[in-house]
Amino acid sequence: MVNIIDYKPYMDNDCKLYVDVNENRLKDGRIVPLSFVWEDGCRYKIDKVLDARPAASLKAGGAGLRYTVRVGSREAYLFLEEDKIGARWFMEKAIPNS
Amino acid sequence: MLHHPKLRGRPVAVGGSVEERHGIILARNYEARPYGVKVGQALWEARQKCPDLIIVPPDYDKYLRFSRMFRSILHDYSPQVEPFGLDESWVDVTGSLNLFGNGKAIADEIRERVKFELGITVSVGVSYNKIFAKLGSDIKKPDATTVIAEDNFREVIWPLPAAELLGVGRATQVKLSKYRIKTIGDIATCDVALLKRWFGKWGIFLHTFANGLDESPVAEAGEENVVKSVGNSTTCPRDLENDMDAHIVFQNLAESVAERMRDLGLQARTVEISLRNNELFRFTRQTTLPRPTHISGELCSAAMRLLRENHKWEKPLRSIGIRGTNLVPIGSTWQLSIFEDEAKRERAEKLEYAIDDIRRRFGHFAIERAFMRSDPKLGKLNAKDENVIHPIGYL
Repeated sequence: MVNIIDYKPYMDNDCKLYVDVNENRLKDGRIVPLSFVWEDGCRYKIDKVLDARPAASLKAGGAGLRYTVRVGSREAYLFLEEDKIGARWFMEKAIPNS
Repeated sequence: MLHHPKLRGRPVAVGGSVEERHGIILARNYEARPYGVKVGQALWEARQKCPDLIIVPPDYDKYLRFSRMFRSILHDYSPQVEPFGLDESWVDVTGSLNLFGNGKAIADEIRERVKFELGITVSVGVSYNKIFAKLGSDIKKPDATTVIAEDNFREVIWPLPAAELLGVGRATQVKLSKYRIKTIGDIATCDVALLKRWFGKWGIFLHTFANGLDESPVAEAGEENVVKSVGNSTTCPRDLENDMDAHIVFQNLAESVAERMRDLGLQARTVEISLRNNELFRFTRQTTLPRPTHISGELCSAAMRLLRENHKWEKPLRSIGIRGTNLVPIGSTWQLSIFEDEAKRERAEKLEYAIDDIRRRFGHFAIERAFMRSDPKLGKLNAKDENVIHPIGYL
């Protein structure tokens, strides 16, 4: 029998945070995120979507549509990623430019 | 690696399931290479060479999704994208040079985009024919562009070992070395008549490939869907020892093949089975059906008939496969038989479509034939969804 190193501990990902997002689906197919619930349980309003493009997140591990959003005075990335479960939103735990 | 940052920098390989006896290395990262971990190696062998190797299970869904995203990037540069397996493609950018710059510029842009959008690195070979483009992509890895032009291919390609050339497999390589042909240059400069004598028609192809004279076009998008055969095979979770075992697996595979043919709007006139026994001896047999079919029961019956005629169970079978070839579109006309109950056949057809529908809505295992349950280990195969597409032969 092969003695295989348990891979499971390496599969955890502390930087990837799946979040609940309120979104607006426009008739032209675009999806505009309006607010999200952070891990502290608070809902944060997205003041502006600054950019949206396909991109990978090396920090959190994942790839999909990356929205650069402004929340108050901060900018954050919000990723819409498709996986087995469906399209899910995730964020990187450390917010860039903060 | 992208999805599990903790794995980065460690020797990692994707391995098949040991329990289901697919216990081989399917892919490995660059950190695992220096240890001698190779694709196709048994897991125990790989672990012997690299005790710290982390072996993760395959995630076929994710692989398919990334393959789709990768191809969609390529389609931004040309409609002529011809996949070679799931993770390689040829792209003819001749018509896009005015839009995007020269071949190298396009290759570099594609590399950058794939890195940025998918988080994975790719190697690109730029050349004036498909053989050299593929060779170029293998020369410098993991994140590089290699240009092979008409004026430098002799210096770049000819010193490479003959085995690097597309079309030179293990058997050809052994034969070539017997004739003291070691490099691609040796093939290129060898008398074509000799190559033909040694390898038949294939020898002429090899000579053409090595001299950069291959002119096969890159298929237009959609052309790759011209399917010549639909098949499925599997290495079984345990050796098959009698007709009943084989029937369960053949039915399973036939359902997948039939469903995929129906999805493609095709039906098969010929059924081919491939058998490999526990000593890894492999052979194929085929039979022509009285009329084309996409009904799994008919495919399975033909497969079982071939099996009974050609295998006497002196040795158990390790893996079996079934393939529908000689394909014709559904709705083609054929001679009806007065000895067959047409209404019964139509009912069988309707039943298959109904099963397709149920499976599409509720998953593969929502509906199964009862006899699949007689051996849960063999019966649990979901051949269609787990179907792995390997690179098709070049010709």
